[in-house]
Amino acid sequence: MKLKLSTRKAIWAYVFLALPLLFYLGIRIFPTLQAFQMSLYDWHVQADQRSFVGLANYTRMLSDQRLLQAFRNMLWYGLLGVPAQLILGLTVGLMLHSIKKFRGFFRAVFFAPYVAPAVAVSWVWSLLLSPHLGIVNQVLWYLGIDPQPFMTSPSQALPTVTFVVVWQFLGFHVLLFLAGLESIPRDYYEAAQIDGANRWQTFKNITLPLLNPTIVVSLVMATAAPSTGMLQLFTHVMNLKFDDPGGPLGSTLTVVLYTYQRAFQAYDMGYASAIVVVLFVILLIISLIQIRLTSREVEY
Amino acid sequence: MRTMKTFFAVALSVLFVAGAIAPALAQEPVTIRYWQYYYDTKVTAIDTLIAQFEAENPGIKVIHETFPYEAYGARVAAAVPAGQGPEIANLFYGWLPAWARAGYLQPLPIDHAEIESEFVPMVRAAYMNGEYWGLPTGVRTLALFYNKTMLNAAGIQEPPRTWDEFIAAGKAMAIKRGPFFVQLGYGFGPAGQDHHLIREILLRQFGGVPYSDDNRTVLYNSEAGAKALEFYGSWQLTHGIGDVEFFPGRATYRDGFIAGLIGMIVDGSFAIGTIRNGVGDNFEWGVAELPVFDGGEPHNFGSFWMNGLTPRAFESEAKLEASLKFLRYITSEEAMKLWLREVGELPARLSLAEDPALASDPVYGPFIRSLPYSHATFFVDEEGQRQIMVDAINRVLLQGVDPAESMRIAAEEEQALLDAFWSR
Repeated sequence: MKLKLSTRKAIWAYVFLALPLLFYLGIRIFPTLQAFQMSLYDWHVQADQRSFVGLANYTRMLSDQRLLQAFRNMLWYGLLGVPAQLILGLTVGLMLHSIKKFRGFFRAVFFAPYVAPAVAVSWVWSLLLSPHLGIVNQVLWYLGIDPQPFMTSPSQALPTVTFVVVWQFLGFHVLLFLAGLESIPRDYYEAAQIDGANRWQTFKNITLPLLNPTIVVSLVMATAAPSTGMLQLFTHVMNLKFDDPGGPLGSTLTVVLYTYQRAFQAYDMGYASAIVVVLFVILLIISLIQIRLTSREVEY
Repeated sequence: MRTMKTFFAVALSVLFVAGAIAPALAQEPVTIRYWQYYYDTKVTAIDTLIAQFEAENPGIKVIHETFPYEAYGARVAAAVPAGQGPEIANLFYGWLPAWARAGYLQPLPIDHAEIESEFVPMVRAAYMNGEYWGLPTGVRTLALFYNKTMLNAAGIQEPPRTWDEFIAAGKAMAIKRGPFFVQLGYGFGPAGQDHHLIREILLRQFGGVPYSDDNRTVLYNSEAGAKALEFYGSWQLTHGIGDVEFFPGRATYRDGFIAGLIGMIVDGSFAIGTIRNGVGDNFEWGVAELPVFDGGEPHNFGSFWMNGLTPRAFESEAKLEASLKFLRYITSEEAMKLWLREVGELPARLSLAEDPALASDPVYGPFIRSLPYSHATFFVDEEGQRQIMVDAINRVLLQGVDPAESMRIAAEEEQALLDAFWSR
């Protein structure tokens, strides 16, 4: 049987597309579904020794104080970190957009932390913020300000982690906003100028609405994306307080870190899976709400 | 039709070749895997032992794989269920309940009487549900490491023997510049060894016991418990001999000691190699038995990493035989002598632990002399139970919570954890 050239081409295209799809299904989707199943069992290596426990792993979460603390922390990380990333990202993006000289240089400066490994970033910051030996407190003291405990204090630790994360990922959001700003046609601004709009009106009625797709991406990435999202922090929390991850007193503990501890230190896979399922549902709902609330078609 | 013919031809030739190779394969050496977490001196020691073992047993090949401590549990958890892991795994004795329950370990097919007559009593902590689940090469106790150079510079010639002397020495060595410590008398390590120091040492020295005999009931919500935590907290809060957050990084108290910024730390015999290599000729240091209260009795915390068999070792007769042979080899007297030299962990065999030459060694002596009065906490969830005591310490040091109240909270949390484990 002879196939037409175009048909053969299409078949090959599908074959090539199928490979990454299979990989994605096998590596991401299948384990996700497996977590749902595992969450209903008391875990054991041998399948025949796993006992079905129904929703026991889920009800157990309600009385797990450390987990509840991790969820409360997650809320604070989100409330502090997400607006900070967006507002600072947009502000810096606007400033970079409005300068001509050294723009590339500044863009590189803001983007550099993003390409640095999170582990290295965390360790460098933990040295800088070390209460007795770190340079930050030495400078504060020199300026006549009381030295701060930073990661040693249950009340300062979470904001400190948030600061480091925002510092690292700011460049990513700046870049997103810069690209968004570049894509707004100049004609709109010229038209607004002719109509006599002031800078705030221009920003409010042209820049902001046309940046909407960028804001959606930035918001979802800052909130729920693995590794950059404020609700899925792990690496920074682990490495900023290496001798007591999630501490002091659980004040920086995240749901992801706690899940890791349950799964790979206590080998409590069933319970860890149940936590992951709940986190998955929460993140899914938050992302959907965010997309629904912020996505708008803009027509002029 | 032609394709069918080709298929059969290929299939037949594959079968033929396989048939020819199979007997040859059977005479190939048995390969077993040994896993441990990466600890410099332990890696070198095991490599040496493997080389000797393979020379003596040409039919067995041992592959040695290591992982960072933080990733070790995850690697085992991922590999064993997939049939990819080691035949022999090295694990902290406190992980035994979790590992055994999840099926990562199998009981040792070794006679109990043999183990009990030849190994130090502490090894009993590897016994659970009527079975032994692993054997150690070395065991560890704690002692006081002190910077001799710093101590002498502070006008003190002998290491402290009582807690009063310990506090006096700490005060003499601590130096502050403005609000910042530049040198500590004592290096706090709540998540390092200090949670053991409170649970098994100070508390017992104050006359308490941390757990019931069957290890299922927490008993440290007591006067002795409160006193132990209060006394420990007073080193920072009252006497100012150090600060819980001083040297940044990982094993902060030990690294700070090596850097020459901390006068004294409580650490295990396993740290000897690291400290010796790290300090070099920078300053003189020494080891002393842990202090006691004036006229009080000594107590110590004992622990060990043990070698256990995973389900993989039981996949075939040949593998089991090879795995057991290797396990016996790395827990032999010869291996223990090498282990003491290279790693600094104490011999787990009675024949060596009672050796007077070792007990009088200036560095190993204090640890070996502590063996008779050492207690190994029975952990069901080592990480979880450590966290509870670390939090108890931090409540007192960082939040100013009353030690008795902090101990009460910890006891309640740990009891809930124990109950949950045993009721499952």
